[in-house]
Amino acid sequence: MQNELNNTGTAELKETLRTDELLLNMGPQHPSTHGVLRVVVTTDGEIVKEAKPEIGYLHRCFEKHAEASDYIAVSPYVDRLDYLASMNNSMGYAIAVESMLGIEVPRRAEYIRVIISELQRIASHLMSYGTYGLDMGAFTAFMYGFRDREMILDIFEKISGARLLYNYMWIGGTYRDITPDVVQQIKDFLVYFKPKVEEYNNLVTYNKIFVERTRDIGVIDLKTCHTYGLTGVMLRGAGLKWDLRKEHPYSIYKEVEFDIPVGTGQMGTLGDCWDRHIVRMKEMIQSIRIIEQLIDGIPEGPHRAKVGKVIKPPAGEAYSRTECPRGELGFYIISDGTGKPFRVRCKSPCFMNISTLNELSQGVMVADLIATIGSLDIVLGEVDR
Amino acid sequence: MTFEDIFTSLSQKFPQGILGKEETKPDASIKVDPSAIHDVLKFLRDELHFETLHMVSGVDYPALPALCVVYHPGSYTHKMIVPLKVYLPRTDEAKVASVTDLYKAANWHERETYDMFGIQFLNHPDHRRILCPEDWVGFPLRKDYVTPDYYNGMPVPLFFEDGAPTEGGAH
Repeated sequence: MQNELNNTGTAELKETLRTDELLLNMGPQHPSTHGVLRVVVTTDGEIVKEAKPEIGYLHRCFEKHAEASDYIAVSPYVDRLDYLASMNNSMGYAIAVESMLGIEVPRRAEYIRVIISELQRIASHLMSYGTYGLDMGAFTAFMYGFRDREMILDIFEKISGARLLYNYMWIGGTYRDITPDVVQQIKDFLVYFKPKVEEYNNLVTYNKIFVERTRDIGVIDLKTCHTYGLTGVMLRGAGLKWDLRKEHPYSIYKEVEFDIPVGTGQMGTLGDCWDRHIVRMKEMIQSIRIIEQLIDGIPEGPHRAKVGKVIKPPAGEAYSRTECPRGELGFYIISDGTGKPFRVRCKSPCFMNISTLNELSQGVMVADLIATIGSLDIVLGEVDR
Repeated sequence: MTFEDIFTSLSQKFPQGILGKEETKPDASIKVDPSAIHDVLKFLRDELHFETLHMVSGVDYPALPALCVVYHPGSYTHKMIVPLKVYLPRTDEAKVASVTDLYKAANWHERETYDMFGIQFLNHPDHRRILCPEDWVGFPLRKDYVTPDYYNGMPVPLFFEDGAPTEGGAH
């Protein structure tokens, strides 16, 4: 009799609690999805059972456009892939085409390229810092990050005329030369910015609330990195000392000294969100170091090699990759000897990063899902291409 | 290890599966029989320390005619990438085994290759389009693809005419 009563009681409780699974649509327009990403989340109360990213809202047929354009005309499209790191993108594409052409880029252009792309890396990481703060409820970080990023955009505006999509890195060098006042502006920026990284770390990175929100969350170990093909900050956050600028040095990276920051599990588990955040913060310091070594010694000479108006690489194939702020950006180009590429394939790091989301979010709280998406630092322009 | 070493050990292990080298410049690739690609990648991953798969992509060669799937497995141990190419008949029946069980990176990349080229991947856990809408007709990256004028009654804003993109819609 007693047992029977208990059983009915539990059944009634279940009926009133209604612990059914709930289908939650996050996005395509949601403050914490970093663009037009839609995540279909199945939740049981606050626990996430499944999080399926639905992508493609920003698909612009980059690869089809590339087949219809000549080699120079592809590079403005490349800028629009990862619109927060346009300089790095177009540098990657330029390097891929140059490797097919077999041309050597003038020393002055290499110096300018590395300085500019490291500035772009700082700008991109500042954006990541700001939006990640926003995701965690710290609005101040967002404002600070944007304030300093604006100074880098001013420099870029001076050299290229644009603030977001520059079309500055051209095949064979750069679009325009840089002037002494730009060099001075970069130096002034470095002096201003150097102490800021520490300030930001004190404000956000080591803030107790931030640490509690990001430690032990979204743990990506090395094995997951490898099987999902993750690169860049994800890989370094998981503790592997791998940076293409060191392992396969392109441009003049083998002539500069810098360290590769890796995650150590300082606040919790190795490879958690906090580890990835600290890697980005430390990378900004390394970028400052690289620029400081180069800025005073920019050699004289031409800023672009003579490549001609029509670029016709010999028939062949190249897969070239560069270290972008979000990981290894690869371009697989097939040439059939004509002025238009036969096939251009862009291997986007963000595409790989977001594909892990379902595995990372099994059994976490909804709020932690936001923390995980933020720490992947995706740009939907590059995911969808 | 060099590209030649990898090629030698692969052709010793799979005398039938490895069809030869493609000496393209600047990057050469290895031609693999469609039926052997899963075993070759498994051997590369387990024995030759190719821990990661950077990319799976498709190429359409209307002149051959063939559809091609290109795999870019990468090794952090040897610091290298070895492109593998699989040639398939250029029909809607082009099929190759999925390697998602070996590398999870292949999941989305194979979906994209299906989306763009119509190449089917056998035993794929989630075989559907990824970038285009699920009811999209045709495979956009095929060389003979003709952009439809309308999608669900809406004009498609950009279409290709004689290979060059032109502004327009209904024409």
